[in-house]
Amino acid sequence: MSSWCVTREGLGMRVLRLVAVGWWLQLKNRSRSSFDGLLSILYPLFFATSIFFLYRQNGDEAALVSAAVGASLMGVWSAVSTSASTTLQGERRQGTLELLVAAPTPFSLVILPATVSMATIGLWSFLVTLLWGRLAFGIPISFDQPLVFVIAAVVMTFSLGLVGFLQAMASVRYRAAWALGTLFEFPVWLVCGFLVPLSSLPDWVTPIAYLLPPTWGVSAVRAAAFGGSPWRDIALCLATGAVYAAIGVALSRRLVDSARGNATLALT
Amino acid sequence: MTASLRIFFFGGITSYRALFHWLTPWILIPTFIVEPIFQVLFFAFVGRDAGVGDDSFYLIGNAVQFAAIPCLFAMGNTIGNERYTQTLGLLLASPARRLPLFLGRALPVIINGFCVSLVVLVLGALVLRVHIPGDAWVPIIGVLVVTSFSCTGLGLATAALALRVRETAVLSNIIIGILIVFCGVNVPLSALPTWMSTIAYGLPLTHGIEAARDLAGGATWSSVTGLVATEALIGLVYAALGMAMLFALEVESRRHATLELA
Repeated sequence: MSSWCVTREGLGMRVLRLVAVGWWLQLKNRSRSSFDGLLSILYPLFFATSIFFLYRQNGDEAALVSAAVGASLMGVWSAVSTSASTTLQGERRQGTLELLVAAPTPFSLVILPATVSMATIGLWSFLVTLLWGRLAFGIPISFDQPLVFVIAAVVMTFSLGLVGFLQAMASVRYRAAWALGTLFEFPVWLVCGFLVPLSSLPDWVTPIAYLLPPTWGVSAVRAAAFGGSPWRDIALCLATGAVYAAIGVALSRRLVDSARGNATLALT
Repeated sequence: MTASLRIFFFGGITSYRALFHWLTPWILIPTFIVEPIFQVLFFAFVGRDAGVGDDSFYLIGNAVQFAAIPCLFAMGNTIGNERYTQTLGLLLASPARRLPLFLGRALPVIINGFCVSLVVLVLGALVLRVHIPGDAWVPIIGVLVVTSFSCTGLGLATAALALRVRETAVLSNIIIGILIVFCGVNVPLSALPTWMSTIAYGLPLTHGIEAARDLAGGATWSSVTGLVATEALIGLVYAALGMAMLFALEVESRRHATLELA
């Protein structure tokens, strides 16, 4: 019997410990990577800078502050979208994918902390962009409910990590997964209301946006920053994220079993 | 002479097919068609929300900017992927003349950059329903060719840096980010601080974007020849700088045995 099969109480603690230790390990590892660390902070900053200049042109300070929050959140998704898709390809390249799949620990519990750590790196980008807006553009950082603002940002980050987990699992059979990850960066920025309100987009976009956790996360952070009740949006952000995670777990079982059965895990 | 031409044409195309790695449809379509279209849409909608500029402004700025993506990444990969496949040492130990060797690698990249830019411009115009006058298309195509050339000139300099920098993807992304902010892609130069617009005039893209916008706005070719010539000149300067850096860094990497250490 696998050592993973223990009592229900012990199992809960093991899962928590595995996720926490995995998250911390991955976070330290990624913080040393110039791609996942430095670029995840710098690249969204370039777009944010363009956006700050763009909104500053018409002199509407309220719009500029709102854009600053949206542009700062863009970095969280940016940190997840490309990197999450390459998670398994990275393990494959290092020769560790087979070891992880063969380990008695559920595969999904090994990958989940990795994608959450990517989103956590994005949280740095969020803070740096807010500070950049304050220091370089004089955008005031003053939020209606500071504590709830932090909670909403953390929940959104965690939820985006769950979306990244599904992305990672869905790309197990694609060697060029990074390109598929890149593909989602702008659509999500556009559709989920990071900068452009949903009401400004075509009507058919709204139902799609509602299925995406960032829509609720952005809405919650905005509500916490500028007044309003963010708790419903926070709950929806977590709930939609959990659905993505559940689909990711199901996919991991199906796709990994298939890859093992057909000897295609290495994609050689 | 024949050997140099062979290295230029066949060496260039072989290197491009072998090293770029982006020519599979799984990468090419998302990276060169879908993502650029969404970038155009994103900034067009942001511009509408901010009440600044029109769709044409963002379409042309971003479409021309997309010439830089293949031009920078492909040239960076020219060195980075040679190192990855462990052939960089063999390449630089060969007696092949360096000028046709590296310039040959740039030619397919210029064509690639031009094609991406044109496809994004056409598809973006269709999606956003931006009208570009029929007689403006041919001059705009000329501008795109020149801009692709100038971006490839900058790409040559990036390729040279790749002799000392391991993360060519990070390097190329950072340079692209700088171009996006400085070159008037989404923000007119008049809205940038003076020091930024001054730097912008020394970068590829800036004059190309301005020329393309003028042409789409009804200007004649003769009225933008100055901008186009400046864009070409900037490309030449960067290409010369890139070649000089390639020579210098190659010599240095041999002397200090740092070719595989980068």
